[in-house]
Amino acid sequence: MAEAVQTDLREELLPAREVDLRRSVRVGLLGGLTAVFISAVGMVQSFDEAGLVVGPLSFGDLLLLAVPFVFGVLAGHPPPVLKGFAEPTSGARNVIAGGVAGLLTGVVIGVFVALVDTFDVRDIFTRISPELLDILTYGQTLAVGILIGLVADVILGLAGGASQLLGERWRRPLFWALLVVVMLGVLEALVSQILRGARLGRVQDALYAPTGELRLPSAIAIGLGLFGLGLWLRDQPRAVRQRIGAMEGERRRLVTAGALVALVAVLGILPWVLGPFLTEVLNIAGIFLLMALGLNIVVGLAGLLDLGYVAFFAVGAYTTAVLTSPASQAFSPELSFWVALPLVILAAVAAGLLVGTPVLRMRGDYLAIVTLGFGEIARILFLSDALKPTFGGAQGILKIPDIAIGPIEFRGPELFFYAILAFALLAGYMVYALQDSRIGRAWMAMREDESVAEAMGVNTVAAKLWAFVIGAMLASFGGALFAVKVGSVFPSSFNVIVSFTVLIIIIIGGMASIPGVIVGALILVALPELLREFQEFRFLLYGALLIVMMLRRPEGLIPSRRRARELHEEEVVQDAWLRAQAAEASATASGE
Amino acid sequence: MVALLDITGLGKSFGGVRAIDGLDLHVDKGEIVSVIGPNGAGKTTLFNLITGLIPTDEGKVEFEGVDILGLPPSAILERGIARTFQNVRLFPEMTVRENVMVAQHCRTKAGVLAAIFRTPAFRREEEQIRRKAEDTLGFFGNRLVGYRFDQLAMALSYANRRRLEIARAMASDPKTVLLDEPTAGMNPRETQELTELIGKLRDERGYTILVIEHDMRVVKGVSDRVVALDYGRKIAEGTYDEVAHDERVIEAYLGRKEAAG
Amino acid sequence: MAESVGLKARRAGRLSGVDAFLWLVRVVALVAVAWGSYKSISSGRLTAAQWRGLIVAGVSQGAVYALVALGYTMVYGVLRFINFAHGEVFMAGSMMGFFVADGLSGTAMWTSLPYVALLIALLAAMATSTSISLVLERVAYRPLRGLPRLVPFITAVGASFFLQYAFAGLFGADSKAYPPVEALKGGFTIAGFRFGKVQVLVIVATIVMMIGLYLFVERTKAGRAIRAVSEDQEMASLMGINVDRSIALVFAVGGAMAGAGGLLYGLTFGQVDFLSGFTVGIKAFTASVLGGIGNPVGAMVGGLVLGLIESLGPSLVLFGLGVPSAHQLQDVVAFLALVMILIFRPTGILGERLAEERA
Repeated sequence: MAEAVQTDLREELLPAREVDLRRSVRVGLLGGLTAVFISAVGMVQSFDEAGLVVGPLSFGDLLLLAVPFVFGVLAGHPPPVLKGFAEPTSGARNVIAGGVAGLLTGVVIGVFVALVDTFDVRDIFTRISPELLDILTYGQTLAVGILIGLVADVILGLAGGASQLLGERWRRPLFWALLVVVMLGVLEALVSQILRGARLGRVQDALYAPTGELRLPSAIAIGLGLFGLGLWLRDQPRAVRQRIGAMEGERRRLVTAGALVALVAVLGILPWVLGPFLTEVLNIAGIFLLMALGLNIVVGLAGLLDLGYVAFFAVGAYTTAVLTSPASQAFSPELSFWVALPLVILAAVAAGLLVGTPVLRMRGDYLAIVTLGFGEIARILFLSDALKPTFGGAQGILKIPDIAIGPIEFRGPELFFYAILAFALLAGYMVYALQDSRIGRAWMAMREDESVAEAMGVNTVAAKLWAFVIGAMLASFGGALFAVKVGSVFPSSFNVIVSFTVLIIIIIGGMASIPGVIVGALILVALPELLREFQEFRFLLYGALLIVMMLRRPEGLIPSRRRARELHEEEVVQDAWLRAQAAEASATASGE
Repeated sequence: MVALLDITGLGKSFGGVRAIDGLDLHVDKGEIVSVIGPNGAGKTTLFNLITGLIPTDEGKVEFEGVDILGLPPSAILERGIARTFQNVRLFPEMTVRENVMVAQHCRTKAGVLAAIFRTPAFRREEEQIRRKAEDTLGFFGNRLVGYRFDQLAMALSYANRRRLEIARAMASDPKTVLLDEPTAGMNPRETQELTELIGKLRDERGYTILVIEHDMRVVKGVSDRVVALDYGRKIAEGTYDEVAHDERVIEAYLGRKEAAG
Repeated sequence: MAESVGLKARRAGRLSGVDAFLWLVRVVALVAVAWGSYKSISSGRLTAAQWRGLIVAGVSQGAVYALVALGYTMVYGVLRFINFAHGEVFMAGSMMGFFVADGLSGTAMWTSLPYVALLIALLAAMATSTSISLVLERVAYRPLRGLPRLVPFITAVGASFFLQYAFAGLFGADSKAYPPVEALKGGFTIAGFRFGKVQVLVIVATIVMMIGLYLFVERTKAGRAIRAVSEDQEMASLMGINVDRSIALVFAVGGAMAGAGGLLYGLTFGQVDFLSGFTVGIKAFTASVLGGIGNPVGAMVGGLVLGLIESLGPSLVLFGLGVPSAHQLQDVVAFLALVMILIFRPTGILGERLAEERA
């Protein structure tokens, strides 16, 4: 009797076959649409022009084939199941689900290809060209190409579904290994440069063919090697962190200090190892990092969503330009950078107060839009004819001199790197110092519950203004450095996209987490600079990334140190504490 | 004894509704006074008026002989009146320790520049704030100490969150603590523990305490005096036994039950 | 006694410095507007006819803003959420309007039955905007309902940029020029005001749609459901109203209005590109706040007011104050209006039709 009930229940909760199918179909259709979208938008074609691995498949093909695989993974992902109520879906079902999704992706792509072949839509969809068609049909005739695509997509879908069968233990190293291999292929220029700089030219030859693509055997070897490494190392990082966490004060300080010294040493020689082009990339990322650290305080700590942050960036850049360049018209004191800097700070403070005061009583989303308005006002003003005498209008201001300390001029990317590094370290220190302080706590309290914070004595007016002022200051440093680096300022550089980029760095990197922001700046700013093919789709991907992030994990990719602390250290400390309690308890017990 | 908290003729209307009407209340130093009454009687409004969260229409509120009406909530906290909230309002993404450290904001003064430059004065103050927070949390036995210091407030159990609320109120070195339904949602064991804790707050820390409560066991176990409100007016005052047997009080509760039923 | 008086005076609290600053801003703004207007009018740079022309332009532009503002205000009414991507919904409609118009412009219909052609373009635009609006709601917003307000807002920001650059990628980053419509050339003069035919079309179309919307919201069952959900979502669902469907309907209607606005915008300005939604979006949001957010009539009033402010501001105020090339600062005027209204009267001219948030 009971068994019959149990089976009925199982069927009710998991009407197995139908649910899986419907979901797989939906996932597959979505995959197909995604593939069509990235084709129509031009990504497939652009990527095709870059090589990845020596072989019959171009990067464009690989991108296209990645879609059914990814959606196969999604389809094969077992739906959440109540333990004890129903059995988790069996392995075969996962694989089939993936295959179904792959099939549908292929079908949609096939339909798309057929349509494109029949109708000429180039007037409307500018990127759908014969070249694209060629890629989509793998260089074959229409029918053959569609068929190949279908088969390939099904296989990849099955593979994707199958990957769900591997435990987490296997999937993670596999994912990372694949990612590293792809990165090695994509970042060939960077890796070659580093290898040459480190006198490892032989390695470079082993890895890459003269065309710049990865040699297939090397790719496979590295992939497998990393996979194996990943398997072996899987728990090591955690264990290491636990050991560090359990270390007592003095030893831990030594370890941290040692790590910092090593880091500084690496940073010190980095520009010379990387060469001018790559250092330049780091410089750009560094300026964004500087701004991200500033916005981190405004948004991450104080909870004020400032969408017009570029205004402060512009203020810093233009103030520097006006004060230091001989080409600035209305008045050109031609001060040196260091003399001008305090004045830049002053201008930033004024700007911070100007923006902060009107928004003091505004609610989060209104505050965001008003600050966005301020950002636009700043841009238009800097562009306007009305202020042309001072700011140069559309022509901007040119001939901004380099930074100099005494006779040493910081000209050239390598030397400039140190200037940016210095400011970035300063900004990083400030964020760190402020986080762990009375004002930091006041900001966080204000962010969480403004009226209760007020009730506790937090002067929210002062706190908000301080946040804006410090944020403005750090952004203005970024602006000043930017102005000097480029040697000129044009209003077109100071648009909402900059604000958006900085915002997405801190959201992806995790708000109030310094390492996270650094990683964010590297991925979102440095990486696109290295991947020309990626450049034009940057903001498209950022937008999609932002949406996905908010849907899955509103806190950011890298949890801030405090949360990581809570998650990991807690267990270590908790064990220690419990042991101490137990010892105490037994001591008192035996004492009685 | 000089009345610590002296409320006379307090009145407040919300739109057409008279939330508090002609309320007189005097609390002596070291007393524990419970405020009871059916839902909507104006108890939380009373707390909100005392702590300055909402403005008063008429009446006088004197604390230690000084009129505090019109002062902002932070100033009232500074003068020594702290409170907890009926729906716990902690700072969820801050740690337990940080929640209590923030509560000392009005008693500390290190500014932004001191924080950046890490002056010795700043470091000393931080150390003080930290230690005081940990001591305050220690008041609750083992529940909020050790690894709990670094836990995020939102990770705490319900009862612990209520305790943290109280710890936060304690951290500002108040003279008076207003507890708004501190045992709501607790099981009998926790309720008993909290009842004893309230007594400890007065005995060990010397606080004068005003408690809003629905649980009569707590009221009985804790109060020197009980004040009953209904529709914003005081309808009875006295010891627990006096008030509990007062006809008007019983009718107020029953009457409300009838209206609800 | 003296002490309590002092305490009452202290009620202003620590914000008095800020309040003083804001009063200063009010005074400066009023003086600037008054002085600038006086100087502009007395300088005689623009004839009366030209002023009237600016007013008509302002009304017509404002009508477009009003249509887009409806989307913001209605969504805010049901969800208390600013749909930051609504500007891109508008842009999508405008683009689709362009493609249809462009496609039809080669055909005989364009010359012989221009209004039919425009109607087809209008329907296409509205359909596109509606679809995108619905997809946004379903994919990006619905899963985040109930989370702190900033989370869906940031999602909307992401969606906004995604849509912008998706359109740039799919259809090209260049400006799309609407084909000229012979039938819409020229205009009439009524009571001394010269109206271009396009402007008349815009104003008439807007009024028609507003009336339609009003009837829908006030007279139909679905409209009543939407109003109920605006007031109290929980209560509405307890009364058997399908909240999800009502919200989706709101997004659909808002999208449709924005699509119409998109086509009319294209006809008025002659061109559209993937960035058009950004500025129009902010301005339409300003319009909805100006009129009182959550209030559909407010959207209309706000649109009108903003259109006039934007049209007259530079010539009327800035020119008089001696600002060279004042027309460049048209957008600045609009954004300043946004800032001012949110500081000084966030409930808008007609007031929010919603209960104000409690802390």
